[in-house]
Amino acid sequence: MDTTAQTVRGKDRYKAGVLEYRKMGYWEPDYEPKDTDIIACFRVSPQDGVDPIEASAAVAGESSTATWTVVWTDRLTACEKYRGKCYRVDPVPNAEGQYFAYIAYDLDLFEPGSIANLTASIIGNVFGFKPLKALRLEDMRLPVAYLKTFRGPATGIVVERERLDKFGRPLLGATVKPKLGLSGRNYGRVVYEALKGGLDFTKDDENINSQPFMHWRDRFLYCMEAVNKAEAETGEVKGTYLNVTAATMEDMYERAELAKELGSVIIMIDLVIGYTAIQSMANWARRNDMILHLHRAGHGTYTRQKTHGVSFRVIAKWMRLAGVDHIHAGTVVGKLEGDPATTRGYYDICREVYNPLQLEHGIFFDQDWASLNKVMPVASGGIHAGQMHQLLQHLGEDVVLQFGGGTIGHPMGIAAGASANRVALEAMILARNEGRDYVNEGPDILQDAARTCQPLQQALDVWKDVTFDYTSTDTPDFVPTATAAE
Amino acid sequence: MRITQGTFSYLPDLSDAQITAQVQYCLNQGWAVSIEFTDDPHPRNTYWEMWENPMFDVADAKAVMDELAKAREAVGDRYIRLSGFDASHGWETIRLSFIVNRPADEPGLHITRENGPGRTIRYTTRAYAADRPSGRRYA
Amino acid sequence: MSTPQQTEPATDPSTAEDAIDLRREYEESGVAAILDELDRDLIGLKPVKKRIREIAALLLVERARKQLGLAHEMLTLHMSFTGNPGTGKTTVALRMADLLHRLGYVRRGQLVTVTRDDLVGQYIGHTAPKTKEVLKKAIGGVLFIDEAYYLYRPENERDYGQEAIEILLQVMENQREDLVVILAGYADRMERFFTSNPGFRSRIAHHVEFPDYADPELVGIAEQMLERQNYRLSESGREALTRYIGRRRQQPHFANGRSIRNALDRARMRQANRLFERGGTLSSEELSTIEAEDILASRVFTMQVAGSEDET
Repeated sequence: MDTTAQTVRGKDRYKAGVLEYRKMGYWEPDYEPKDTDIIACFRVSPQDGVDPIEASAAVAGESSTATWTVVWTDRLTACEKYRGKCYRVDPVPNAEGQYFAYIAYDLDLFEPGSIANLTASIIGNVFGFKPLKALRLEDMRLPVAYLKTFRGPATGIVVERERLDKFGRPLLGATVKPKLGLSGRNYGRVVYEALKGGLDFTKDDENINSQPFMHWRDRFLYCMEAVNKAEAETGEVKGTYLNVTAATMEDMYERAELAKELGSVIIMIDLVIGYTAIQSMANWARRNDMILHLHRAGHGTYTRQKTHGVSFRVIAKWMRLAGVDHIHAGTVVGKLEGDPATTRGYYDICREVYNPLQLEHGIFFDQDWASLNKVMPVASGGIHAGQMHQLLQHLGEDVVLQFGGGTIGHPMGIAAGASANRVALEAMILARNEGRDYVNEGPDILQDAARTCQPLQQALDVWKDVTFDYTSTDTPDFVPTATAAE
Repeated sequence: MRITQGTFSYLPDLSDAQITAQVQYCLNQGWAVSIEFTDDPHPRNTYWEMWENPMFDVADAKAVMDELAKAREAVGDRYIRLSGFDASHGWETIRLSFIVNRPADEPGLHITRENGPGRTIRYTTRAYAADRPSGRRYA
Repeated sequence: MSTPQQTEPATDPSTAEDAIDLRREYEESGVAAILDELDRDLIGLKPVKKRIREIAALLLVERARKQLGLAHEMLTLHMSFTGNPGTGKTTVALRMADLLHRLGYVRRGQLVTVTRDDLVGQYIGHTAPKTKEVLKKAIGGVLFIDEAYYLYRPENERDYGQEAIEILLQVMENQREDLVVILAGYADRMERFFTSNPGFRSRIAHHVEFPDYADPELVGIAEQMLERQNYRLSESGREALTRYIGRRRQQPHFANGRSIRNALDRARMRQANRLFERGGTLSSEELSTIEAEDILASRVFTMQVAGSEDET
């Protein structure tokens, strides 16, 4: 790999014709990124025979000012400022033919406060670029100057907890099952039982919108009857994520307005509505004191494969900017993809005020969040009460644990399932705070708690052997000492 | 009916030894512990009465337990909760909060429904106990 | 129950269930380390160190007796530390708090240092909450009341200090497992205080007297302080300091170690000025040496009579 700078300067640079990207100023190994630069780290897999530096420079070019040939109109601009500058290329440890390319972009390349604009640049054309076999956006460093053009989560973890009056433990939720087919009236029954039994939230699934079996208004009305009745039965604030995802912004606003009118504390959207719609709904949520839950529907199509797409840690960063309050971020122990170290990285991005560079968690950059609100991560999919100690260990306290099947599938009914989860959780928090080794003593702690809670005993018996122990496809590639550019 | 606000309401009522351990956990985190009480358990009754100010710079849970004993003596017929407050940047909020005392009998809350247009309903929740004047609700 | 005399030589007492190896307890509890540190770090204070060792031995034995079920009463551990300012009372109190904590006599081992102003209020109804708040902070550790005798002002019948005294006495009696109180101050005033407040005297188990430091000890303290800051005294500087101490002692507001610290701060200032005015390049040797002239410029050497206000 020849890493020397070969930028052509002076009048030769703008002679008509084709010039290698690295000669056009997109490879600047001596460039030191400014505090205000946006930096991206890509995993570049060049086609056979393509020099990794040239491939990386091409990524820098194609995601900023370049086109396939020299254009004289560059001379009408301060083009050196606008060029994306690849300044570092490292071979990926233990992965032949793959390279981490670090590219710095000047802040002026981006419209303030627009995820759509940011993504149109960074993941716009470049992912289809022919000289690359594959390309993956691994991480981004977002400068404080850019962060401050976004308003961030409408509510944030701190205010969400204050509004709900729930502190010191993960929140509990469940997705109403079956996903499809329930009428509004039957759907509300599930919500009522689960909330009365001890959950804090219930949730619409990502594809519950307004179908022949259940019109959205019907769902909202019955769900809010269930929420209010459960509040009176327990004395606690309860919520149900009313999914307002719809075909148009007008439809979504209409649904959100009804949720507000009925007194819901939270609404929900799907990632598939698009970045602009998400930012619009975040603004709506901020105006109306509403918690905004995001279901990451569809992300697996581009986040899961290690060589191509966008890492979920980048999506999490964009969503914190865009302003969602909840985001599904993995369970580690459940049925969906999630390497523990990588998942830890996602959770840190959602919840910390500062992320230090931590390659073992897949974090490539120091990231200062400039007091932007924290996003509450949501763990959902194939988790149950018997894993409570592991969930607390891996995911911590500020998380919503969603036990859908683990609540609704309880042999004694939905309320019993909810109580089992709540008792298991409270017992685990109590033990942890008492200084017990809750990770290793977890099963004993749960057994002890089950002595005064029969539903928990039943839950432990039914699901005792359920684990999803598959090898993750998305794990961090790093060697304990960072590789230097060669 | 059992009000289930607070972190440990689904467990059997905590013993003083268990409460002490939770208080010590809060103190070890550097949080100030406060005692509050109320006779209106409405879920959105945010401001319970303060039993003195939050206890800052306390090292040992016994200091809090002594105060709790006094509070129980004075207002033991009502709900009492303990909260751990974290003043560090990025939090500046309660980090743990749990009920440590309840009325002997908890009649709970009732709900009224007022019909609105388009099948909408306006709900009002109210503690049964709130029908009597404050201070005489659980006597 | 076997006593050492009854133990058969064949049986190893350390393995018997009702025996305790005091030496091991001493090492493992960390008490040995604290006492060694005390010996090492604090210059002089022989009688104090001896008293602390005696108290530590008592605490260790009492703990052993408790473990074997021979003792049930909670020991009274409140103390008085008397001596002139700068004789190491606060430093020793810190170590004492640590010691009590290691041996399980207090649960946390924090040292809360207060004076009258922290305990006594300005208006009616102010004192009890103030005193109680201080006590809350001290529970689990040691409450160190400096110049405790100011709590008592016989010239004013309505002095709020009396209220604080009553609360303290009650806590010292009834909450012995919760905190240890150390009253500190000048020996003579403390003696008068105890005479007028016998309740305190009867609740104090250990009286520790802190003597003034001898001149060579103060020189040693000075050298220790300087060494921590990477300074040293030249031969003539050392001699000048010895003379300084002899004179300073005769003058008002002499505060042992504290006076030495202040004198050194000023000597460093003079050294800096001297070096700056001389100019040129300086070796690290020169930058870290306090010379006689840095000390002899002190007004201590020009003042004849006692009564000057400031210590220059």
